[in-house]
Amino acid sequence: MNTIFFLCGMTAILSVVVITLYMVLSGLPAIREIGLADFLFGKVWKSTAKDPQFGILPFILTSLYGTGGAILLGVPVGLLTAVFLSKVAPRRVANVVRPAVELLAGIPSVVYGLIGMIVLVPAVAKTFRLANGTSLFAAILVLAIMILPSIISVSETALNAVPPEYEEASLALGATKIETIFKVSIPAARSGIAAGVVLGVGRAIGEAMAVMMVAGNVANMPELFKSVTFLTTAVSKEMSYASGLQRQALFSIALVLFLFIMVINVILGCILKKKGGDK
Amino acid sequence: MDIITTNNLELWYGSFQALKGIDMKIPEHQITAFIGPSGCGKSTFLKTLNRMNDLVPGVKITGEILYHGQDIYAPEVDVTWLRKRVGMVFQKPNPFPMSIYDNIAYGPRLHGTHSKAELNDLVEQSLRGAALWDEVKDRLKKSALGLSGGQQQRMCIARALSVQPDVLLMDEPTSALDPISTMKIEELMSDLKQQYTVVIVTHNMQQAARISDRTAFFLLGEMVEFDETERMFSMPSDKRTEDYITGRFG
Repeated sequence: MNTIFFLCGMTAILSVVVITLYMVLSGLPAIREIGLADFLFGKVWKSTAKDPQFGILPFILTSLYGTGGAILLGVPVGLLTAVFLSKVAPRRVANVVRPAVELLAGIPSVVYGLIGMIVLVPAVAKTFRLANGTSLFAAILVLAIMILPSIISVSETALNAVPPEYEEASLALGATKIETIFKVSIPAARSGIAAGVVLGVGRAIGEAMAVMMVAGNVANMPELFKSVTFLTTAVSKEMSYASGLQRQALFSIALVLFLFIMVINVILGCILKKKGGDK
Repeated sequence: MDIITTNNLELWYGSFQALKGIDMKIPEHQITAFIGPSGCGKSTFLKTLNRMNDLVPGVKITGEILYHGQDIYAPEVDVTWLRKRVGMVFQKPNPFPMSIYDNIAYGPRLHGTHSKAELNDLVEQSLRGAALWDEVKDRLKKSALGLSGGQQQRMCIARALSVQPDVLLMDEPTSALDPISTMKIEELMSDLKQQYTVVIVTHNMQQAARISDRTAFFLLGEMVEFDETERMFSMPSDKRTEDYITGRFG
């Protein structure tokens, strides 16, 4: 029986190892051929031109800006929602909002993309008088909503875990409830909240489908109201017809994305470890 | 001179009546102790004095509590003002997960003191007031969670003093502490009464006898007897008080 447990455990580990090896092995050749600096910092991506260019800086920056924008919008909304659920809302209201948030997490990304495409993109075009609403901005809005559930639920758990004695001490010193939340509860829950934010970053940077449907997928350097391509969508939109060096370069993009995700996971691991150390 | 007076104070948790018709006059610059068995209402009563019971859902309070003649449950009373004037120390030491300095400066900052010099003064003054300054003056920027239990509790007293209250409510402040820390806090209380009015709930009758000027005995939500401590412990006027302090129940 122990062998079965062991084998099941090994499946996960083996998958990680195999995927990592595969990504590195298949991602390196193109980088070697193109040159690391030209690949990472080249501003032009023309994979199918007669004289192809493989600079992925536009994708990297788009992914960073897109994720940053989503965090900028999503974190305040998510954190305040978590505060509302944990400290402010009457139980009956919280019991309606909480499942709604969980449901939001369960919606497939293609549905986000679809609604973004049909509703959001035209609305962006109309509001900002653009010829075309597919843009970094539309992608940021969609991503901001997609990362809400992880930020909300992780932050709420962290806020619920703040010992009530801290809050009592603050109230007994003459703090109002709001002062207590912002000066005691949130700081006491900050490592949990940070974990939620990092999870959100991971989700945003790895998202492909929804982004592909609203971002326009042109290899522009990122601008808020221009069509852009993310690291994820750069791979997925060309993979079906790519060949040769172009195909290899797509693997290299995936490797870069993979490294980003790894870094985020390491950061998350550090935060959670430190949190454990506090107790 | 009485600083707090209660008239026919009654309190319900839902349909359970936790306090029954309490009339009490708490004298200024004295230590008043509340004793009684668990569940007798002494802590509940203490928490009505700074309205910490407001936080409990389903609480209903009738009667009046006058603080310097002002009814603290009157609608125009600002609870944050009241809690600043009537400070509280809890059963379990509850320092914030911040530095010692920030713990003490928390209250003053809240109430609008931001000048560094003023804060430094207040922190020192408060820690001296709680007889903790000499022990922590070299590690003010270190986390308060690194202090021992007894030091944490004195830090909580210092934190309560930092907003310059005139009443200090203490809810079994030594029940989580070892005998030496307990002794230090008891000594401290005698000093505190020069400047503050101290009201303490205690499980420990010897503690009440040692430190308090007046003692109130609570039983099942009633205040059975309230008298000078010496008198109460030598010749209680109520049979139930006598049974309790001689250890026949409780």
